Amino acid sequence: MHDEAGAPREPYEEYTRWLSDYTPAELARKSREAETFFRRTGITFNVYGARDADERLIPFDIVPRVISAREWARLERGIEQRVRAINAFLHDIYHKQEIIKAGRLPLNLIANNDAFLAKMIGVSPPGGVYTHIVGTDLVRTGPNDFYVLEDNARTPSGVSYMIENRETMLRMFPELFSRVPVQSVGDYPVNLRRALARSAPPASRGARPVIAVLTPGIHNSAYFEHAFLADQMGAALVEGHDLRVVDGRIAMRTTQGFTPIDVLYRRVDDDYLDPLNFRADSVLGVPGIMDVYRAGGITIANAPGTGVADDKAIYSYMPEIIEFYTGKPPILKNVPTWRCAEADALKYVLEHLDELVVKEVHGSGGYGMLVGPAASKKEIAAFRKKLEAKPANYIAQPTLALSTVPVLTKSGLSPRHVDLRPFVLVSPDRINITPGGLTRVAMKKGSLVVNSSQGGGTKDTWILED
Amino acid sequence: MLGRHACGLYWMFRQLERAENTARLVEAGFRMALTRSVSAEGEWESIITTAGCRQAFLEVHDSFETAPVIDFMMRSADNPASVLTLFENARRNARQVRTSLTRDVWEAVNEGWMTLRELLRRPVKIAELPAIMTAIRQQSALVRGQLYGTMLQDDIFAYARLGTFVERADNTARLLDVKYYVLLPATSYVGSELDNVQWETVLRSVSADRSYTWLHGGDNDPSEIADFLILDRHMPRSLYYCCCEIVDNLASLEREYHMRKPCHDMAEEGQARLNRLSIDDIFAAGLHEFITDFLSRNNALGRQIETDYRFYE
Repeated sequence: MHDEAGAPREPYEEYTRWLSDYTPAELARKSREAETFFRRTGITFNVYGARDADERLIPFDIVPRVISAREWARLERGIEQRVRAINAFLHDIYHKQEIIKAGRLPLNLIANNDAFLAKMIGVSPPGGVYTHIVGTDLVRTGPNDFYVLEDNARTPSGVSYMIENRETMLRMFPELFSRVPVQSVGDYPVNLRRALARSAPPASRGARPVIAVLTPGIHNSAYFEHAFLADQMGAALVEGHDLRVVDGRIAMRTTQGFTPIDVLYRRVDDDYLDPLNFRADSVLGVPGIMDVYRAGGITIANAPGTGVADDKAIYSYMPEIIEFYTGKPPILKNVPTWRCAEADALKYVLEHLDELVVKEVHGSGGYGMLVGPAASKKEIAAFRKKLEAKPANYIAQPTLALSTVPVLTKSGLSPRHVDLRPFVLVSPDRINITPGGLTRVAMKKGSLVVNSSQGGGTKDTWILED
Repeated sequence: MLGRHACGLYWMFRQLERAENTARLVEAGFRMALTRSVSAEGEWESIITTAGCRQAFLEVHDSFETAPVIDFMMRSADNPASVLTLFENARRNARQVRTSLTRDVWEAVNEGWMTLRELLRRPVKIAELPAIMTAIRQQSALVRGQLYGTMLQDDIFAYARLGTFVERADNTARLLDVKYYVLLPATSYVGSELDNVQWETVLRSVSADRSYTWLHGGDNDPSEIADFLILDRHMPRSLYYCCCEIVDNLASLEREYHMRKPCHDMAEEGQARLNRLSIDDIFAAGLHEFITDFLSRNNALGRQIETDYRFYE
């Protein structure tokens, strides 16, 4: 937020003037108000195995994160390029596999990848869209340096926080929004609905495709978001046992009989989607949905098998993938990545464990990773053993000098590390990126882990008007 | 609309209705216990029976003393029908059907649950009971108000109202089932002080002591009280009133869906039967038998609604 001389960076100027009108006590009160608002609205997440009483709030920080229109424009171009490449890559991988034939990607990365679904080979999703919804994780290391950390191309979550965080800020500081021109994020549900409707399958009849959101149910940690999105889109919020195959379509049990669904925005992982085709013990999915899908009877968003594109091992090839499909160098940087499967890389990583971040290839949520500079000797030694036992399971990256933004703490404003997840919607005719996103904050001083499952918080993200 | 959502709405409103009625029963019983400590135990026993949790209560307690009864009915986790458990379940159903509710209705239920959970965190102190009762009344009214004020009056609304009135009919009938003997004209000490207190308790249990007085000028008469609770057209907790509401809400589903179902015939039949009967007919054929029969018909109607609108797989 501040430059090296200690003056506020330009996008924060007006905001800083406004902030100085508040006393610390007033800000603390506002912060409690926000918490009450979240509780009443029920913006909570469940902790697995806990009772209702243990619904938790994700800590919300009332100091917004501000990004200028110029910075945003560049991010937008970079993200769009990346998402286009990912969709072209997925199509290629499930059809001719030209990128492998061209020798730009090793075959074993696909052949030995759990996220690669053989059932998708030769299947073209309606409208050609694989990833209707993408959440690209970015970090900033300097005034103009953004890196992509991860391309979440399966079922990215957090968009409800983007919208509700803004709602909360509008409610608490209405006067602030008349002083600072902030771009709206409120169109996301409408655009989501549009993107899904545009991708309706061949079997869809009628002008308004029937859309449903598939949730694992009220005990899922993201249930609030599933209900929120269904509600905002005017879509049905269904669970696996509401659905069955009727006359070659996926239909939901309504009070008047079974009604076919055209587009299913599923928030259930590939493995659980279809007990007949994937995990037989799944009660969250719909038996036979893959067969209906392959026959053009329904659109599944995101398409099954997109996980092969956001795998951490594939990630290290993203610069090649982008160049291969768009013919241009990537606009946004990848974090340099050592693939521990490769002998030279492994050697380097083992020698520099105290400087690197080592992650599991298929891991998520910030679990199972080593943050070298923050780890004790004992932790490093233990991790070394795991890495040596299964090197192909890991990648390593340098610890980036992440930028910080201020958060409100008990002792006033204090810097914390953040990342940024903008949300991208892909329809057959366009890519739409909502001007905003989810800013996640590592609430512990010096920590780099922003995941909500590990105590990370969120804040409102402002993209300024030009 | 999803069958599962219709089911969630229906049960959400059944649970809220029952929570409110249970609180009302405790309030009436408490008043009785305050004013007439001699018969308090017997009174609490009949209240526990009315609330349908006698069995569950006797599994953890031996006698019907004021403090344990209140605790059991208001907040015990051992009691699936305690006010707190019911509110918790109603809120779980509300989360389940979140997309069928307006933000206002959802927040009213959610806030109600948060408020009650806070008030009933520790065993209830007698001195706090009035404040807790006020809170329950207010929270329930808030949900009802938001339902009327913000929801579309469509099928979603009909399922919510059906839940309310199927449960209310059941609760009023169960109160009569437990108390029928004090309403029998044959009971000879008509007008004794004990009877007056009993009748008042019955009326208080359905929040109708004032409206009965308004209509009947303060003369408590058992057969008039029975008539008031069973056949009155204006009393929102009478059996007849509940039957009419059920018929009306089913009729709105019939219009909405252009579909007539077996539950429509059942409900209309039940309404017509009450229409034909006078309170004297009911006494002549036996009040207790009438109530037992009504309860089983009401249950069957509830099950038929669940089947006809595909609440379950």
